[in-house]
Parts: sequence; structure tokens; C-alpha cells
Amino acid sequence: MYWQKDQECLPRPELTKLQLERLRHTLHRVGNNVPFYRNKFNELKLHPEKITSLEELRDYPFTCKQDLRNNYPYGLFAVPLRDVVRVHASSGTTGSSTVVGYTRNDIVTWSDLVARILCGAGVTADDVIQIAFGYGLFTGGFGLHYGAERLGASVIPISSGNTKRQIQIMQDFKTTALVCTPSYALKMADVMMDMGINPNGLSLRYGLFGAEPWSEAMRQEINERLGIRATDNYGLSEVMGPGVAGECQECNGLHINEDHFLVEVLNPETLTPVAPGEVGELVLTTLTKEAFPVIRYRTRDLTRLLPEPCPCGRTFVRMSRMLGRSDDMLIIKGVNVFPTQIESVLFDIEGTEPHYRLIVERENNEDKLTVMVEVVESIFFDEMKKQKALVETIKKRLASELGVGVEIKLVEERSLERFNGKAERVIDKRQL
Amino acid sequence: MLVEQIAVFLENKSGRLAEITAILAENAINIRALSVADTADFGILRLIVDKVEQAKAVLRENGFTVGKTQVLAVEVEDKTGGLARVLKCIKDAGINVEYMYAFVNKTGENAVLIFRFEKMEEAMATLLKEGFTILSREQICSL
Repeated sequence: MYWQKDQECLPRPELTKLQLERLRHTLHRVGNNVPFYRNKFNELKLHPEKITSLEELRDYPFTCKQDLRNNYPYGLFAVPLRDVVRVHASSGTTGSSTVVGYTRNDIVTWSDLVARILCGAGVTADDVIQIAFGYGLFTGGFGLHYGAERLGASVIPISSGNTKRQIQIMQDFKTTALVCTPSYALKMADVMMDMGINPNGLSLRYGLFGAEPWSEAMRQEINERLGIRATDNYGLSEVMGPGVAGECQECNGLHINEDHFLVEVLNPETLTPVAPGEVGELVLTTLTKEAFPVIRYRTRDLTRLLPEPCPCGRTFVRMSRMLGRSDDMLIIKGVNVFPTQIESVLFDIEGTEPHYRLIVERENNEDKLTVMVEVVESIFFDEMKKQKALVETIKKRLASELGVGVEIKLVEERSLERFNGKAERVIDKRQL
Repeated sequence: MLVEQIAVFLENKSGRLAEITAILAENAINIRALSVADTADFGILRLIVDKVEQAKAVLRENGFTVGKTQVLAVEVEDKTGGLARVLKCIKDAGINVEYMYAFVNKTGENAVLIFRFEKMEEAMATLLKEGFTILSREQICSL
């Protein structure tokens, strides 16, 4: 099943030609309209109009998350704000947040690309789709919503949370397709058991899961427990949101929507291409985005390309599920969390460089982040009331900064090992 | 006449209290009174010692987080109603008690009540006015 068969099955030579045309146009536009890119291109004496092959993109500079932060909020927009009809943003307060925008055309493209993913996963206009991603600045909820509407499915925009109600509605509204994080799907299965609801009695047939890493074992478990066919999909707000890539019903890798995104897989150390099929960092360039084009965006996600043709007939290359990160970002309940965000909040409260450790666990199919904080004199009180209030303050500040709840455990000074690298401050106990 | 108290942060794990008392003993520091407030995860140990600065220094050297606060020591007769009279007087003055602990001196005649009030100066004035005996650290240590 295809949504846009002509594009999704475009023969490689034609696809390459289309990509080159679109790449040249995108580079030209950002060089003209975005000072950040113009300065970089000038510095490197790059002339987008002269580009004759996709390989020449390697001469162009990378864009990192920090570049987006430095240009907060609208610095990287390539159109005037009056042409922007939607804005999304990542979690984090001013300065650590990243903001992206969409023109009317971008929304149409985005909807089509998400519709492709839904269609590839088996969803049709006859389906009732329950979107249990958060609606708001996060791209997950609205991205899937518009795509599902574009496809013509009946959308239940339930958003995230309140699992019992999710299940009640799933039962009453006869939901056939579920959209959420894979861990939330398992949590739903747990709660169904508690509620005495047999998943086989539901109408549910498809599950489209994303926004966090998972494994083949989790897929099997979800399939068995919910009696559905679970597929993986991938996106990130900096590039567009959901709709960048998704699995077809072969359930063997995610097709990248290559007519809209140019993909590179690079060695994160040398930043040169890895051998075909080897693991590296995914780097994406948008080919059609108007409001927020991005050139060679370092996603920091590790994956590998699966170059063999797919039996489904799509010509778009597949990539493996996400295999990890090339930085220290954590994904907690689908929310991106950087240890540096936690560090700056603690620094602010303690007034000195904090010593902390992050413990990530999965309890009852739900992520749990515990921040262990060494108690220094500036945050130590002889009164229990004040000490407990401090714990609450840290909790609230972190929850508001990160967009996800955390547990705080106070520990004695110098009880946490000292590390050189920040990544070692994280202990991820999750077994996916 | 406030008394200096030291507070030590403790994780709830075995042997911590033993370690602290051993450190103090090695340094010939005498503990006059102590209390522990605890939650499931951590505790706050409060101590009245004879050598405050030295106690702070050695505990810090041994990696403990130490704080210093002022408390009020009230001496009452070790008789029924002793504590009740103090608390009634504080209640009537509209002052809150943050925490308190007590010990009985060697002769067993008097009890010493250690208080941390929300308003320390006001509490002290109230208690003095009502004729209660407020002890200094030197007095506590010489008991």
C-alpha cells in the first residue's frame, strides 16, 4: 500500500536527479535568506548554484543542535514570519530550546509524508486512529494528527496520559490503530490486564511507535500482548517531526522519504561516510522545506543503511532502528533530555558546580529518571522541612526544564565517583 | 544566649552514625546531646558538642556535609509537666517549633530541652520573661 506511489517507487536515477535539483534549490535559498548559512557558505567560498552532484554536499558545513539554540527563536527561518503558519519547539527553557517553523506548503508536505508512513504500516481511510502522543509544541501529536487526517482515517486526538481513559476510549470508539511510544504501548497492555480487559476483544490492529529507541524483542512482546502489528517510525523536530522515515509491513527497517530528505551516514569521529551498511551517525538535509530548511543536520542518532531492495517495492533506502546516540542525550518517556540541562538547573540552585548522577530505569514499562545529587552546604539544612522543600524545588525546576518528571535522591558529598566525561554520569539500566 | 549546634547530612546506609561518633571520639570531642531526623532516603543528624569548630573541621575532612545553626537550650526540672509548661508559653506567644530534642543531666534533677524555633530571638525573650532558665553552651558542657 502506497500513499504517493509515483514518488515512493521512483527509480533511483530519477530520484537522484530530483534530489540534486531540490538540493541545489535548498542550498541556494538558505544561502540567500539565512545569514547563518550565508556567512558559512561565503567563508568556505561555496557556490550552491554550481553544485553538480549529490556528493558535493560533503563540502558543506554541518548544522548542530547548538546552532539552532544560538539562533533562538527565529534566526534560521528562511521565510518571513508572515509566511509561517505553525511553530513547534523542543523542551527546555529559553536558550536551550530549539524552535522550528512551517509554511502552509510545509504542512501539506508534512501531512503527506506522515500519511505515507501510516499507509506503509497498513493504515487506511477506514481506520480509527488513536493518537496518544502529546499535542503541543512537541511535533509528535500534531504531526501524526495531520497525516492521519490527510489519509482520511478517523482521528481520536486523545493526546498523552490517563491510561485507563485511553483504554476505555479504545474499547468504546473501536480504535484500530494506536500511535504512541513503544513503552507506552506495553504500559497500556499492563493496565488492560489490571482492568480485566482482553486485548483480543478490542478492534486494535496496528501500532505505530516512535519517539524513543526500542528493540525487536519489545516489538514481539507488543505484537503478542496487544495482538497487533507494530511498526517503527522516525522523525525529529529539527528536520520536520514524524514522517522522516517509517517501516512498511515487511517490518525490516525504516524507509527514509528520500525525495524530501537527503541522507548521509557518517563516522561521528571523522565525519566521513561509513562503508555501506556500517553503523554511523545519521545526517539529514531537507530538500523541500520552506520555512525551516536544514543543511547536514547532525541528528546524533546512530543507525545503518540497509541498501538491499525491499520486497514492498519502495525504492527509498531503509535504515535500521535507532541503535544509540553519538552524544549523551537520553530519551525519557519519549522526551529528549540532555544531562547539561540538569546540570545547569542544579548549578543554579546550588550556586556551585554540582555533582550528580543520572539513573535511568524502566519500571512497569515506564521510564524513570532519578537524579542523585550530592548534598553540599549550600543545599543542606538542619530542618527537615527545608531539606524536603529543597528536594521539591529541584524536582519542580527540573520537570519544568526537561518537560518530564524526575525523582531526586540526595546523597552524601563525595559519594559519587568523579568522572572526566559527562556521558559517564549516566547509568542507563533499561533493558529494551 | 543561643547555643551552636552542628548538623550533618546522612544517607540512610548502615554504619554512618558509628563512623561519625568514632571520628568525634578519636578527636576527643564530647557529644552532649544529639538527635536524628530521618526520611526513607536520608537523615539529618544534629549534635551539641563541646568543641564546635573542631568537630566541624574533622567531620568535613572526613567528607561529611556539615552545617551550623543556633538553638536554644532550656533547663527545666525533671518533673511531670516540665516540657508542657515551656510549650504552652511558646504556643501562647504564637511561635512555631521547628524541631526539639531533650536530655537529662547527670544528677537527674533537671532536663535540658534543645529547641529550634521559627523565631529564635522572640522565643528567647518570651522564655526569659516567663522565668525559664536558658543555658549557654559552656553551661551545657559543664553539666
